[in-house]
Amino acid sequence: MQRIGVFVCWCGTNIAATVDVKAVAEAAKSVPGVVFSADYQYMCSEAGQTLIKDSIKEYNLTNVVVCSCSPRMHEATFRKAVASVGMNPYMLEVANIREQCSWVHKDKEIGTPKAIALMKAAVAKATLNTPLTAGNTPVTKRALVIGGGIAGMQTALDIAEAGYEVDIVEKKPTIGGKMAQLDKTFPTLDCSSCIVTPKMVDVGQNERIHIYSYSEVTAVKGFVGQFTATIKRKARYVDEDKCTGCGLCTEKCPMKKVPDEWNMGLGTRSAVYIPFAQAIPKIATIDPNYCMKLNTGKCGICSKVCGVGAINYDAKDEYIDVEYGAIVAATGYEMINLEKYDEYAYAQSPDVVTSLEYERLMSAAGPTGGHLVRPSDGKQPKTIVFVQCVGSRESADSCRGGKEYCSKVCCMYTAKHAILTKDHYPDTDIYVFYIDVRTPGKLFDEFYRRAVEQYNVHYIKGAVGKVTPNKETGKLEVQGSDLILNEQLHIDADMVVLAGALQASETARPLATMLTAPMDTNDFFTEAHAKLRPVESATAGIFLSGFCQGPKDIPETVGQAGAAAAKVIGLLAKDHLVGNPCVSKPNELMCNGCSQCATVCPYGAITYVEKEFRMPDRTTKVRRVASVNPAVCQGCGACTVTCPSGAMDLQGFSNTEIMAEVDALCQ
Amino acid sequence: MSVNENKPYEPKIIAFCCNWCSYGGADLAGTNRLSYPANVKIVRVPCSCRVNPQFILRAFQRGADGVIVCGCHPGDCHYSTGNFHTRRRMALLFSMLNFLGVESARTRVEWVSAAEGARFKSVMDSFVADITKLGPNRRLEDIRCKEN
Amino acid sequence: MASNYDVTKAEIEAISGVNPLKCMRCGRCTATCPSFDNMEYHPHQFVAMVERGEIEKLMESGSIYKCMSCMACIERCPRQVQPAKLVEAIRLAVVRKQGGNHLIPDNVPALLDPDLPQQALVSAYRKFTK
Repeated sequence: MQRIGVFVCWCGTNIAATVDVKAVAEAAKSVPGVVFSADYQYMCSEAGQTLIKDSIKEYNLTNVVVCSCSPRMHEATFRKAVASVGMNPYMLEVANIREQCSWVHKDKEIGTPKAIALMKAAVAKATLNTPLTAGNTPVTKRALVIGGGIAGMQTALDIAEAGYEVDIVEKKPTIGGKMAQLDKTFPTLDCSSCIVTPKMVDVGQNERIHIYSYSEVTAVKGFVGQFTATIKRKARYVDEDKCTGCGLCTEKCPMKKVPDEWNMGLGTRSAVYIPFAQAIPKIATIDPNYCMKLNTGKCGICSKVCGVGAINYDAKDEYIDVEYGAIVAATGYEMINLEKYDEYAYAQSPDVVTSLEYERLMSAAGPTGGHLVRPSDGKQPKTIVFVQCVGSRESADSCRGGKEYCSKVCCMYTAKHAILTKDHYPDTDIYVFYIDVRTPGKLFDEFYRRAVEQYNVHYIKGAVGKVTPNKETGKLEVQGSDLILNEQLHIDADMVVLAGALQASETARPLATMLTAPMDTNDFFTEAHAKLRPVESATAGIFLSGFCQGPKDIPETVGQAGAAAAKVIGLLAKDHLVGNPCVSKPNELMCNGCSQCATVCPYGAITYVEKEFRMPDRTTKVRRVASVNPAVCQGCGACTVTCPSGAMDLQGFSNTEIMAEVDALCQ
Repeated sequence: MSVNENKPYEPKIIAFCCNWCSYGGADLAGTNRLSYPANVKIVRVPCSCRVNPQFILRAFQRGADGVIVCGCHPGDCHYSTGNFHTRRRMALLFSMLNFLGVESARTRVEWVSAAEGARFKSVMDSFVADITKLGPNRRLEDIRCKEN
Repeated sequence: MASNYDVTKAEIEAISGVNPLKCMRCGRCTATCPSFDNMEYHPHQFVAMVERGEIEKLMESGSIYKCMSCMACIERCPRQVQPAKLVEAIRLAVVRKQGGNHLIPDNVPALLDPDLPQQALVSAYRKFTK
């Protein structure tokens, strides 16, 4: 039999003014199960807590009900108090007679009966309380960062700085990401590779960071503190330990006509290649799609010239399992496919380029050595048209792969392209067709105004409707609208640059499925709270860094990367994680293994196990039953209602407890 | 059982509030001293999707005159998708209750965020007014419970 | 006989199925329009004018007959506003208004020609009542 103590708080006059606290304490005495009741001015004070502790000892109380302020306020305080004298903290219930009673009612005639009803409901629930113990899970002190762009690198560096081991998994042969491909950065016009390559070196030399380049995560098991990731190390056909990155093989390779993805296909590379001079790790990779030795068996030149014998044509994909305490998603972005925007003639003319291709054409390390020339004939363009919002800000029913959101960085990088172009070639005519120029950010609008006022870039409020390549003149005939002058414009351009919408990397969706991390319809990872937890996924132990959570520029990405690192460090600093014991628990005798609970669980906390049961006739039977991982379950209770056999129940908010509360309130 | 002529009719109303949004909204209504009728008694649940249809039937069986389920706004659920389950489940349950003769105004699902104390008050005011107009609910009431 | 057919913004929206509020004023419709030079009002203006309820002005303008219904504006519009459908709706409104000037239902039976194909009647019915 339960021995319940009821403690009624006055909260000074906050409660006592509109609730007759003595009457509530008196009424409690007649409730079955209650053996002691008292009232006190401030139950949360030291003296009030001592009163509770002493009464527990004196009256051998098994449960405590505190009638006071909201449990959101002081439930933790009182739980700690009862735990200090050996009572299970989950044997305590709080009746909210301040926020939901005394503060909303004006006189004692209304307040007192309601307070008594709330007290009775709390006692009814307390009667059914069972002691709960939070599970302890150890934390593996190693973090996994998926993606080696600026977001992933910064997160890894910050975590390593705090003294923890970090692994970066990057699908490309080098880290660096998109930022390494950029020419300059807005609005300061810093040289992008001058700031990102030292970071790459830092990452490469940090003894706590291990880079798995040319690798992918193919499976993730486990939960916060104890993840196991399977990393696929794609066959490189070059021994990573032996290769010195001398580049002799890339020089001698006879297959030189491979489109160079580092230069967005504007240049070519050899079949065995190092993406660029500052690549980290600086190791050659053989492209199996183009290597003649791998495809026809004839060649083998790279193997002959390699001084250290690093080439191995028989290499196979390897899979390794590594344990982690936390995982950071930093998968970044890519531009949408512009195939369906045929009005811009992207597929028809090589002189219609995306902004990222333009970036490579401007870069000193790019295919033209920094000379801005038309890809078609190598001549310097005199008139350039920039088209904004290609695929961004489209309605949801777009059938061309457009996105509803604003890609955020296009306005600024277009202003940057315009300024840089004008800087190098002042006689160039530049037209920018815009819908809105969005420049919220430090020194952003000033930068855009500089493009207009100082560089005389023609910003036109309107859009481009049609780009027609003229075969005879080699020009691109651009037809656009100027909404301010209400005119249709016809411009003979040499180049057209498309600011295509940026979307989450295509690797993000499968990764989210592996991590059971929620995503929105745009394939951006959803943060645990839009305002207060912007770098954490709702799935415990998963953190978000950079564009994979939503469009961002470089400083914002670096900021979020550091924030994600801080969260990871906070997690890895703990030896054990104390869970929330209010989690779902299946009654295995009633569970029939239908899997409905696993379908509704947003955390993937429910798995199925084959379990042996003793039958009444002394035989045994193996059945499939649900099993909840208490470290993953967050205690929402969705499964408890879905369960058709009523086998699932939520500890701390069990069916019987809530129904007892309902019964008491309906009396 | 007849309603006492001398006393105004006081309906019994159970409000299931999710811990993260609506319970916080109710607390905020208190903090801002926004008065709403005392007929409303709140049951705290971790998420609106924890509300089993059984609880609502139980409330009506034990003599409640109205039941309201409050959760976070769609898309704002602390557990990401809980309130979507609630929305679908309650649509089915309420349609069945309607079929059984429980007026549709006696059951409601409302979204109240932790910042919407004023909304909590106005929702409760209007709900209590609706139930008061309808009078006592006898349809699912279990007389055996009353006699005890 | 005076027209009793008053064309409202709501009616144009209902006939065309277009919600002009979806327009984000990018100007892609006008940029792509092949009849631009012949028009007094241009596709993006159609949308803005309907939004402001200036239907009469559009009905009186010759621009609505310059639209070739090539549907390029519908194809290019990133917000699925469909300006060409507005043009069609306004043309239809003009037709209906003229119908209101000339015909009243009671006089119609007397005007019916027995040789008139039934299809023509049906199409007229559609045109005037859609």
